[in-house]
Parts: sequence; C-alpha cells; structure tokens
Amino acid sequence: MRRMRPLAATALVALLYALHQDVWLWREARPIVFGILPVGLFYHAAYTVVTAVTLWALVRLVWPHHLE
Amino acid sequence: MIPALVVFAYLALVLYIGVFRGRGGSANAEDYFLAGRSLGPTVFLLSLFGTNMTAFSILGASGHAFANGIVTYGLMASSSALVIPVTLLVIGTRLWSLGKRHGFMTPVQLFRDRWECGHIGTVIFAVQTVLLIPYVIIAVIGGGTTLATVSGGLVPFWLGGAIVALVVMGYVFFGGMRGTATVNAFQTILFLLFGAIAITVVSAGMGGFQAAMESMLASPSAPLLTRERVSPWYFFSYTFIPLSTIAFPHIAIFCMTANRLTHFKKTIVLYPICMLAIWLPSVFLGVVANQATAVPAIQAKLEARAMLTVEGLELPPDAQAQLRRQAAGDDVILRLVEGYAPLWLSALLGAAVMAAVMASDSQILALSTMFTEDVFAFYGGKRRFGEAAQVRTGRAFVIVLTLLAYLIALRVPQSIFDIATQYAFAGYAALAPLVVAALFWKGSTKWGALAATLWTAAAVAFVAAVQTTIPAPPAGTEIPVWSPGGTPVITRAAAGMMVAGFLPVVPMTVVSALMMVVVSALTPVARPGPTTLARYFAQ
Repeated sequence: MRRMRPLAATALVALLYALHQDVWLWREARPIVFGILPVGLFYHAAYTVVTAVTLWALVRLVWPHHLE
Repeated sequence: MIPALVVFAYLALVLYIGVFRGRGGSANAEDYFLAGRSLGPTVFLLSLFGTNMTAFSILGASGHAFANGIVTYGLMASSSALVIPVTLLVIGTRLWSLGKRHGFMTPVQLFRDRWECGHIGTVIFAVQTVLLIPYVIIAVIGGGTTLATVSGGLVPFWLGGAIVALVVMGYVFFGGMRGTATVNAFQTILFLLFGAIAITVVSAGMGGFQAAMESMLASPSAPLLTRERVSPWYFFSYTFIPLSTIAFPHIAIFCMTANRLTHFKKTIVLYPICMLAIWLPSVFLGVVANQATAVPAIQAKLEARAMLTVEGLELPPDAQAQLRRQAAGDDVILRLVEGYAPLWLSALLGAAVMAAVMASDSQILALSTMFTEDVFAFYGGKRRFGEAAQVRTGRAFVIVLTLLAYLIALRVPQSIFDIATQYAFAGYAALAPLVVAALFWKGSTKWGALAATLWTAAAVAFVAAVQTTIPAPPAGTEIPVWSPGGTPVITRAAAGMMVAGFLPVVPMTVVSALMMVVVSALTPVARPGPTTLARYFAQ
C-alpha cells in the first residue's frame, strides 16, 4: 500500500494537469456564476481551490520524511 | 501629493523593516545570504510567495485581462497554482535537504558537486545571471515611473528611480536575506489586502458587477468572457512557464532558508490560495474595466482599441503604434481605482504598486550570493581573504549591481526589458531539466548539463532576434519565419514567436531535456564517482 502512494500522487497531479485544459468550456460565457463570474473564470477559480485541497492530500500522502 | 507622501512613508517603513530586521550576523556568509537557514513558517510562506510575484501580478495581469479577457487567469494563475507547489514539494524540499547537509547556498554549488565539474558551473552561472539582470533594471524603471506618476510629475523619473534603487539597495545591503524576506512578507500582506479592498470599492463605484456583466455579454466585448480568441495549444504552452520558478536562482536559494523542512507544508498547501487571492481580483477588475466607460482614461483606451480594430490595417505603422500605446491596459487597475476610490485608497494603491515594482530585492540578493559563492569563493577568494571579506564582497556587489541597473534604466527604454523578462521565463523553464536531472537521474553528466545550458542560451538569443527584427503583425495574423516544404513551423504572431502553434517555451524545454538525456547517455565516462552519487541517491 505504501509503495502505491507515489503512483497515486503522480496520477492525481496528472489528472489535475489534464483538467486545466478545459476545452469543453472554451466558448461558453454562461452560466454567470453568482451573477458575476463567467463560467470559464469560475471553473479556474474553483480549480485553484481543488488544487490546494489536492496539495494538502499530497503533503500527507508523499511527504519526504527521509529528507528531514 | 498625498499619494506621493504615502508612498514615501511606505518606502521609509520598508527600509526600516529591512534594516532593523536584518541587523547583526553580518560577518557570517550563511547568515547574511540565507538568514542562517532559520526562517519560520509564516515568513517563509509569505516571502517565498512575494518573491515570486512581480509588478506583473497586479498591473500586468489586469492589463492583460483588459485586452484578452478571462483567459489571463487560466494562462498565468491556475497553472502556476498547480505546477509551482508541486515543484516545491518534489524539488524544493530536496534542495533544502542538500543545502542543509552539504552547506550549499546556490544551485551552481550543487551542480558543481553533483556533476564533479568546475568551469561548466561558471557557464551555468553566466547564463543564469544574464537571464536575471533584466528584472533588476525593470524594477528601477517601474519605481521611477510610479513615483513620477503618483507625485504628478513633481518627482522626476531619474530621482524616483534613484530613490527606489537606494531603498532596495539599503535593506538588501544591511539586512541581507533576513531583511529581504521580512520586507517581502510585509509586501505580500499588502498585495493580499489590496485585491479585496479594490474589488469592494470598485464594485460600489460601478453599482455592483452584475449589471456590468450583463451589459458586457450583450456588447462586442462579450468574447472577453470566453477563451475563443486563443487556441488550446497556446493555452497549453503556458503550463510550461511555471517550471521556470524552481530553476530561478532566487527561488532555489530561498528554498534553502527554511529553518525546518516542515515549513514547506504550509507554503505548498496555501500557495494556490494566495494565487487566487491576488490574481482573481486583478483579472476580474481588468475584464470589467471594459464596462467602466464612466472613467475618462478607460473610455479613451476603449476608443483607441475600437479604432485599431476598425481602421488598424489602413493606418500607417506610426499611427498604429500610437493607438496600441493608447489602448494598452497596464495602468487600467490604477485608472479604475482612481475613478471610483477615495483619495486614501489611491494612496494605498500607490504603496501596493510600489511593493510590486520593488520585488527585485530577492534577485539582487541572489545575484550577490551567486557572485560571491560561485565566482569569488570558487576561484579562491574566500580561502585567501576569509569569510568576512566574502560578505563585504557580496555587499559591494549589491551596490555595483544596483548602480549599474540604475544607469542602464536611465538610458534604455522599458519595452526592451519587458521583452527580456519574457525571454527569461522561457529560458529558466528550459533550465529546469538541469535541476531535475541533478536530483533524480544518476546517469546525468556534466556534458549533458552543459549541452542543455548552451541550448537554452542559443534558443533565448534566437527568440530575441526573431522578436526584435520582425515587427509584430496585427492580432489574428502570423508572419512565416521558417516554412520547410511550405508548412509554416516558426511564425511571428502578435503575441511573439510561435513554433508549430506553441509558445517557444515548449520546444525549448523539451529539447533541453532531450539534450540532457542524449548527451549524458553519450558521455557515460563523465558520470561522477560512487562517493558523489551516494550523497545524492543514498536510499
């Protein structure tokens, strides 16, 4: 299980990297989220928050204790 | 004049913080250049983030969004929010550990030890230095311009630049890394506050953003609320840019300043949130500025842009250039706040802008650290003259570098350095394979490192030559530069040179990695001995 952690972490980062390229929202401005954020901007703002949560998980999952 | 007085008060405060916080420990190189590897978690987070934010984060981001729309956030913020913390987790933590164990203070020291080389390290130092110096010059220019603007011309450009250069030089000289890091942390707090305040005030001034958004959807500016004007390949190219961060010497050096490895945890997790807090308001305000027609300066920009769109191709080049300058949005956030904010907020904005343009302190200190460690100490200066002389040399270098940057800033137009910093990002991204190979690939050799470095230098020079010799075509068109078999591979677009639809950073980084792999594979005899490898790959 412990040996799977780097693999899982790499997969998570690769997935996030792929999700950055949101071609499905390329030409859409609507819906305007909260009445002010075009959906493409909202997506990337939400993506940033999800990235922070993922990094929190990565820090717990693959922290390089051996370097301390 | 009130905003100018607030900016002067801010400069005095920054000088006080930097000098006061950094005093003592001046004879010890590790203390002066790395704050004795003792920074706490909060200063480490705020300062590392602040070090990586330049004037572009507030001014340039909103200016780019004003012209290009919401795509700015995805291009520059959300990709960095992922790539930079991941590189800090994977690479930054190792740099910290190796620095602590072996006493490294610069990336070149690590490269020399890892690949058992001497002069190749000097070549890497030279390329890093050439790519970093434009940042220092542009900060002096930005400081001079800002002081001249907020004082209504009472402080001339040459004096404003000199004051800013002296303040930065003062706290870097006296405060070293400890002073610089504290000032950076303070400036980051100012950035974070500014975004929230500006959004609130401008929203109140415009009567809320909902109406602005609805009218924008119905206007010719509606495409700015989508990404239809950029290609997905162009968008993808930008994800390579944040690779430059960990290859920047000032960031790599900063990774070695943390007191404990666990200080990285907070930085890694909160980095995206800081990006969101600074970039989302900047980009959003840049986009909605397209509806701020009640502000005369913004209305003039919109009119210039409309004229450029309708009559641009029929106008003579000089008139086109004039309209482009009028339509440029770099000061759009300043104009928005001026239009809707009370005087006190304009003054605070002046200080925030000053904080942004003064982000060159870390680069100056890094260049000083690199010169004293990678050149002075390496070529025997430390052995002959002692550690105190090394610190004195570092301080003298800070003065010489700042003076040189100031003199160049007085003579050379800013646009040249704006372009140069663009090259620097691509150049440093192309140097990232060096760091990765040094830390993770036993088979890498000094010849592979040299090949990747020379390739980077040549590629940056080529991109610079193309972009300066071939004028930018109108938006939406491309000039073929190299078309083998009739297929345009290298083109000159309005945004710069393109390679098969990608920004140059993509082929530069990929070829740099290939150079490292292929040349290292061809030179197995140059692999370091087992003792050296054991230091890096013990597990």
